[in-house]
Amino acid sequence: MAVEAQPLEVLPEAAAVHWRPRVDDARLRYLGGLWTLTTVGHVVPFAAAAAVLMWLQPLALPVALACLAHAWVIPELYAQRGANVVRPRRRAAEEPERRSVGLLGDLVGHEARELHARTGLVLERGRLGTWLVGEAGAVLLHGRRRRAYCYCVKVDARAVAEATGDGELPSGDRIAHLLLALRADEQGFATVANLTFAGARWRLRRRLAMPLRPALDAAVTSIDTVSSPLG
Amino acid sequence: MSKLIRMDQTGHSTLAEWTPGDPVAVEAAVEAFRAELERGYLAMVSTGPGHAEQVRELPVDAPLVILRLPIAGG
Repeated sequence: MAVEAQPLEVLPEAAAVHWRPRVDDARLRYLGGLWTLTTVGHVVPFAAAAAVLMWLQPLALPVALACLAHAWVIPELYAQRGANVVRPRRRAAEEPERRSVGLLGDLVGHEARELHARTGLVLERGRLGTWLVGEAGAVLLHGRRRRAYCYCVKVDARAVAEATGDGELPSGDRIAHLLLALRADEQGFATVANLTFAGARWRLRRRLAMPLRPALDAAVTSIDTVSSPLG
Repeated sequence: MSKLIRMDQTGHSTLAEWTPGDPVAVEAAVEAFRAELERGYLAMVSTGPGHAEQVRELPVDAPLVILRLPIAGG
């Protein structure tokens, strides 16, 4: 016979990455700082090299331009890697898609449901910040500056293969898996997920596909509404 | 009427339905629940807006118990 529910506070999947420090506000600030340093470390040497080349020999303009291109491209590639986590994946058949989106709709409120219908992303407020959850990853807006943290995380492919054979989960289920894990243990979720990018929100927004950008805007608006004393 | 559902390639499947006052239905739900946990599924119940908990035993009073697969960093 059944007994009372016994909640487990830590996401069990976190055991698979036991060496990682559990993500909290301080850890996010630390990681964000590291990413800023990395970006500066890429941009400044190339920009400085371009300036020195031009100072030494103006005929080196093509090389200097190549250096500047590197200084621009490398951060953009990182931001693109971040944007890729919320890129829509291949769709399943129509009926499973419909059923999975129906279940997902039952898990979220009206506004999140509407945003998902428009963008394919689900907005979820947590203690660490505001999340946008996609099919194979999530974006966290954290801190006063709303820095974007992009996490690559998905349903374990081995588990899917064992449970469904060679079947694939429809998009709504993929998001619902992540959403339920996030709701159960937000810090554990961020610990299990792989951080692919942390940086300025505008850099991420520029690399997001156009249909997804309203979701990022809605997340910012959501934070501002909650933060505002008039909101 | 409480439901035990599993997220799978069909969208989702209802594995059991029960009311707390129906011991036969509850027992069937518990069996289905344990079988899915043995297959590697994790059971979740909503505990209010934006909150969920993982459970290892079927919470008979919960209106909806959802079975999900483990997640991993991509």
